[in-house]
Amino acid sequence: MLRFLLRRLLVALPTLFLVVTLAFFMMRAAPGGPFETNRKLPPEVEQNLKAKYGLDRPLGVQYLGYLANVARGDLGPSLKYPDRSVLDIIRQGFPTSLRLGVSALTLGGVLGLCFGVFGALRQNSPADYAITTLAVLGVCIPTFVTGPLLVLVFASWLGWLPTGGLDDVRGYVLPVVVLALPQVAIISRLTRAGMVEAMASNHVRTARARGLPERSVVLNHALRGAVLPLVSYLGPAAAGLITGSLVVERLFTLPGLGKAFVVSALQRDYTVVMGVVILYASLVIGLNLLAEVIQSLLDPRVKLS
Amino acid sequence: MSGALLVRNPRDGEALEAAIKGRSLWDDARRRLLRNRAAMASLGLLAILVLAAAIGPYLTPYSYDQISKDDVWAPPLVHGHLLGADSLGRDLLCRLLVGLRVSLAIGVVASAVSLVIGVAWGATAGFIGGVLDEAMMRFVDVLYALPFMFFVILLMVVFGRNFILIFLAIGAVEWLTMARIVRGQTLSLKQMEFIEAARAAGLGDGAIIVRHIVPNLLGPVVVYLTLTIPGVILAESFLSFLGLGVQEPLTSLGVLISNGAISMDQAPWLLVFPSLTMIVALMAFNFIGDGLRDAIDPKDR
Repeated sequence: MLRFLLRRLLVALPTLFLVVTLAFFMMRAAPGGPFETNRKLPPEVEQNLKAKYGLDRPLGVQYLGYLANVARGDLGPSLKYPDRSVLDIIRQGFPTSLRLGVSALTLGGVLGLCFGVFGALRQNSPADYAITTLAVLGVCIPTFVTGPLLVLVFASWLGWLPTGGLDDVRGYVLPVVVLALPQVAIISRLTRAGMVEAMASNHVRTARARGLPERSVVLNHALRGAVLPLVSYLGPAAAGLITGSLVVERLFTLPGLGKAFVVSALQRDYTVVMGVVILYASLVIGLNLLAEVIQSLLDPRVKLS
Repeated sequence: MSGALLVRNPRDGEALEAAIKGRSLWDDARRRLLRNRAAMASLGLLAILVLAAAIGPYLTPYSYDQISKDDVWAPPLVHGHLLGADSLGRDLLCRLLVGLRVSLAIGVVASAVSLVIGVAWGATAGFIGGVLDEAMMRFVDVLYALPFMFFVILLMVVFGRNFILIFLAIGAVEWLTMARIVRGQTLSLKQMEFIEAARAAGLGDGAIIVRHIVPNLLGPVVVYLTLTIPGVILAESFLSFLGLGVQEPLTSLGVLISNGAISMDQAPWLLVFPSLTMIVALMAFNFIGDGLRDAIDPKDR
C-alpha cells in the first residue's frame, strides 16, 4: 500500500507540474496584462508596478521564480488587489464552493443510490422506466438550462425561494439542487447497472438459499458489490461539480471560487488564476487517488499496482 | 472447418452462400438500429432540426440582427413574432434558428477536429507502441487531470473571442477520449489473428491499416463521435453562458439561454424556447449515440 501511494505520488507530481507549466504559459500568451485598465497608467507607474512584481524580468526567470515560490507553498499576492494574497482570495471563496459541492454530492449520492436500487429491484416496471428516463434527462440537460428554469418557477413565479445570494439557508436550496441533478442522474444509472448485475450473481443466490431476509440480501450482500463502480466515479464527479459551480455561482451571484477564477482570468490576474488552477487540479488528482485506495480496501479483487 | 470444406467442394460452398445470402456485420448493425424506435425518432427529429437551422433563417420575414424599437419585449404571437422578440426587438424565432445553426456547426466542426487529432494520436500510439506509446498516453493523462473547462476558458482568454478559435479550442480539448478509445482498439486489433493472416497473405502495413484496422475502428469511433457532438454543443453553450463564447449580434443556443436567464422575469419566453430547443437537440444526439452503440457493439446491451 505504501509503495503504491509513493508510486502514485511520483506520477501525480509531474502531472501537477505540467498543469502548472501549461497554465502559466497560456496565461502569459494572452494579450493584455494585469495593469491595463480603462484609464491608461503613466508608463513610469506601469514600469514600477511591473518591476515590483518582477513582471519585467524574462519570462523564463519569472517561471522558475514562480515554481520555486509554489514549491514553498507561496502563491504570491494578487496583482489586482495588492493588499490581498492569493491564499486570502482562495480562503474567502473556496468554503462557499466546497459547501455547495459537498452538499450537492451528498444529495446526489443519497437520491441516486435510492433511485438506482429501487429501479434495479423493480426492473422494467413503470417506476423503473420513469427513473431511467429521468436519468437520461438529467444527463442531457445542462446546469445552465435547469438553473434558470428552476429559478423562473420557484423564485420568480412561486416566490418560495430567493433568486440569489446566501443570506439564509434557503439561498442554498436552488444552487445545491441544480448542481445535484446531473449527479443524481449519473449515480442512479451506475447504481442500477451495478445492482442488476449483483442481484443475478452467485453470492446473492447463495445468500437467498441460506434463507436470509430479503432486506439483508439487498443491503448487505448485493449493494456492497454494486456500489464499487461508484467509488471510481469520485474523481470525475469532483471535476463535474467544479465546472458546474462556475455556472451556479454566476447564476445565483454567489461569492465562490469559480466566479473568482473567471473574473481573474479576464482581468489577467495571473497569480490568482494560477492558484485556482493548482488547487482544482490537486483536488481532482487527489480524489482520483483516494478513489483507487478506497476501491482496493472494499474490493479484494482490485490489486493496487 | 467450413473454410476447409469450401476449398474442397467449391460448388457446395457457392450453393451454401447463395442460400444464406451473406449478411455483413454492418447489415446487422443497420437492422438493429432501424428497430430502435427511440434512435429512429431522434434521427427524424434531428433531421428536422438540421433542416430548420439550414434553411429556416431564410424563410422568416426578419433577420437575426434586425433591431426594432416597436417590438421590444414583444410576447409570442404579437406583431408577427411567432416566438416573441428580445430586449432589442429582434425576432426570437429567427435568432433561435441562427443560434441552432451556429451551435450545430460548432458541434460538427469541433467534433471533426477532435476526430482528426484523436484518431491520428491514438492510432500512432497504438500501432507503434513502446516508449512512444507510453509518452503520448502519459501526455493525454496529464491533460485529463486539468479540469477541462478551465483549459477552455484559458484558451478563450488567450485567443480572444474568435469564432473559428472556439471550434479549435473545444476540439483541441475533446480529442482526449477519442485518442484513448482509438489506441485501445488499435492495440487489441494489432494482435488479432486476422491481422496475422493478412500479413501472412502478404499484405503490407498500409494495406492492413486501410483494409483491416480502419474498418474495425470505425464502429467505436462513430459511436463516440455522435456522443462528442452534444458534448461540444454543451461546452460552447457553457462558454457563452460565462460570456466567453460567440459574440453578439451573432448568437448560439448558449448565448440565447444566457440572455434569456437575465431577462426571464420580464420575458420568460426568451429563456423557455431556447432551453427547449437545446434539450431536444441534446436528447436526440444522445439517443442516436446510444442506439448506434447498441447496434454496432451489442456486447454492452
